[in-house]
Amino acid sequence: MSDDKANPAQANADAKLEVSRRDFLSEITLGALGVAGLGGAALAYQFFSPNVLSELPTTFRAGNPDLYPENSVTFLQDQQVYIVRTPAGFYAVSAICSHLGCITQWKPEANMIACPCHGSKFQPNGQKIEGPAPRPLPHYAINLTADGELQVDKLQIIKAAQVLKV
Amino acid sequence: MATSFHTALESLRTTRVWKSIFRRGPAITNRTRSLAVIGNLFLHWLPVKVREKSLRVRAAYYLGSLSLLLFITLVVTGVLLMFYYHPATPKAYHDMKDLRFVVSNGVFLRNMHRVGAHLMVLLVFCHMFHVFYRGGYKPPHEFNWVVGVILLLLTLFLSYTGYLLPWDQLAFWAVTVGTNIISAMPVIGNKVRFVALGGHVVGENALLRFYVLHVVILPLLAFLFIAVHFSRVQKDGGLTVGSIDDDGKN
Repeated sequence: MSDDKANPAQANADAKLEVSRRDFLSEITLGALGVAGLGGAALAYQFFSPNVLSELPTTFRAGNPDLYPENSVTFLQDQQVYIVRTPAGFYAVSAICSHLGCITQWKPEANMIACPCHGSKFQPNGQKIEGPAPRPLPHYAINLTADGELQVDKLQIIKAAQVLKV
Repeated sequence: MATSFHTALESLRTTRVWKSIFRRGPAITNRTRSLAVIGNLFLHWLPVKVREKSLRVRAAYYLGSLSLLLFITLVVTGVLLMFYYHPATPKAYHDMKDLRFVVSNGVFLRNMHRVGAHLMVLLVFCHMFHVFYRGGYKPPHEFNWVVGVILLLLTLFLSYTGYLLPWDQLAFWAVTVGTNIISAMPVIGNKVRFVALGGHVVGENALLRFYVLHVVILPLLAFLFIAVHFSRVQKDGGLTVGSIDDDGKN
């Protein structure tokens, strides 16, 4: 009593700080469950992201440059890539529509690449003629291997102006 | 002594969302404790009372019941189809063809499952429109409306995951297009698509993932939510009844 009189503010603060054993345990349990839940979510995300995939390699050889006549567009079905040869050189254009991922088709009679799903149209160099595709078809990095074959790297997107001269 | 947890719980109890889910107050008296048990589907299976009004026959009241009937039909036919279906490429497509042309009565079961699935999506939408135009989303039915929206989403997810399983051209491209829509999400889109497909393209991992979701996870969730949905309708005494009936009886 005399302590309270001497320092009532301190006594009030002590009373506010006081936490019962039950409250302490329930809070610490909830905290532990929260941490375990977050950890579990992180582990689940890791588990559901496969580390090894049996998909096609992203870098592939497209054969000897002589296989492709000048002014031609060749569709490589397995890799879903067009190898285009112009008088200026080679470039590799993705055949996957930039709209929703369908495989486009080269229409030589109309000189355009067309998507069967939603009707997007592109020039052979990937430029969009009409939508709904929002972007042009990307160009992949293309180069020559030491033994003179074309090699395409689908993880490297390059500018459309870059052409491989052979 | 109130701790931060208790304060948070108390303020949560005063929110409209909490009150629409748990209508009684805190279970601190014998009356509220009894109400807590009686009102909980998992502790008390049958409703304490059934209003006559909720049993009256109206054609549109059957939309929800028909959806349930279709769900049961889909579970039965689906389990039967599982006896002949391997979720692996390219076996899945061959199994689907076998079900149509080789397995006795397979085409009947497969079509029942297929048509039933289409019908269920249609009926669930009709049911939702009916409940909406009857004002069934208004208090005290907000919580059951939300459960219904969850059931609509579950129906659509079940329909979508089942769409891939025949592994034909339509299935492949529909899922390619659909998962590309997922990847349009800002920042996390590509990661979500990668986890959903288990790869960068729609392949055998995607088929297996969609299969597990379609035959185990989503039906279990749907079963749980259907149970809560129906028990709430019974305990509320019908779809659009207020707390007091027209005849003044509670």
